[in-house]
Amino acid sequence: MTELNITTNPENKAAVVSLLFQLADDDFLYSFRGSEWLGLAPHIEEDVASSSISQDSMGHAAMFYQLLEELGLDNADALAHLRPAKERRNSILVERQNGEGYYMDVPKYDWAFAVVRNYFYTAAKKIKIESLKNSSYEPLANVAVKVNIELYYHLLHWKTWFAQLLNSTEDAKQRMQAAIEQVMKDFGDVFSLGTEGEKMVEIGLIEEEKVLVQRWKEQLKPVFESLNLSIPEIPASPAANGRNFEHTEDLESAISTLSEVYRIDTAASW
Amino acid sequence: MQMAINSLEKKVLGVLEEVHDPEINTVSIIDLGMVEEVNVQDSVVNIKILPTFLGCPALELIKENIKKAVKSIDEVQQVNVQFINHPPWTSDRISEQGRKGLKEFGIAPPPRLMDSDGSWHVDCPFCGSTYVTMENIFGPTACRSILYCKNCKNPFEAMKPISTLM
Repeated sequence: MTELNITTNPENKAAVVSLLFQLADDDFLYSFRGSEWLGLAPHIEEDVASSSISQDSMGHAAMFYQLLEELGLDNADALAHLRPAKERRNSILVERQNGEGYYMDVPKYDWAFAVVRNYFYTAAKKIKIESLKNSSYEPLANVAVKVNIELYYHLLHWKTWFAQLLNSTEDAKQRMQAAIEQVMKDFGDVFSLGTEGEKMVEIGLIEEEKVLVQRWKEQLKPVFESLNLSIPEIPASPAANGRNFEHTEDLESAISTLSEVYRIDTAASW
Repeated sequence: MQMAINSLEKKVLGVLEEVHDPEINTVSIIDLGMVEEVNVQDSVVNIKILPTFLGCPALELIKENIKKAVKSIDEVQQVNVQFINHPPWTSDRISEQGRKGLKEFGIAPPPRLMDSDGSWHVDCPFCGSTYVTMENIFGPTACRSILYCKNCKNPFEAMKPISTLM
């Protein structure tokens, strides 16, 4: 199927748009939460590394919003900043705050939660991007090739932290176990493709959810085996599905913070 | 890249040699392998550029600098610069001249081959020693890593290897 006849059919175009919003909103919120760690990471080299990963991921979000702009939707900056929570398609996992407190006040962020969320999310993103490299929507397939190359370094980084902390002190192990439980509670919609999911699979935009989940587990297997851990189960029916616009209060506050400057003057050139 | 077949194309390629990476001023965008296509239709110049990293904040600046440089040619009426994602930019697109320019700036050029386990090695760009340690795979810009030379005791940066095999 060519790019042209995918998006000339309105139903197919809706599926492409939905998938692009899922990818864009996921990376946008993921990199926003990562940016909130700036200056607070455990040591200075980690500050350099994790902010670099946030910058790359923001670049990925910008590319997905760009593809939406090219499909005739609003401009990429407006799509990123001005859409309310009830129009967002990101997973619940990436919208969750980093921990108690606020970075302008007294942030009590949880590094174990950051490591587990970032590792599990990046591993899931890797699986999706690998599938998208063969997407029937060619502009998306091309972007996926670029994103995949950069992801190599992100995955290596978070895998290293994950294994090191789980091989560390008893205190570290307990905190990591608690973080794994917390992250998995929110993992139910990460691989969900939302209400347009069947259409996406039918027209070859991406492979189906259960195939992706299976690959994610296979990818984690050697790491978990080396740590004597069993791979946690993904909740079958999540309480809220971000792909279908269901969100938590954390997303509202994230959007209001991240769009504050943009809203002051939406016509300003940067 | 397409071969220069007419004189205006040659002139355009000539000025592009003077457009540098804003963060590494010893290397041109031609030497970085970012220029995929230069197409001249009468007085209209269309240029296709490959972004190195998607989140690189220098991209817009590079685009403006290209426009400025090409517009300085008398015969040119209009310049269109477009970023494209296919083919993906990879670090083996950097020319010999580009590798030299990186070294002059104190950045080790990206290794041409990675080991089968994905690890890689570069030598110190200052003293050439192989006795170096990786301090951080990530660095001050998306495309660079931070290393330390145990021989001449200098910190230095290296350009990350980027390949579609990753």
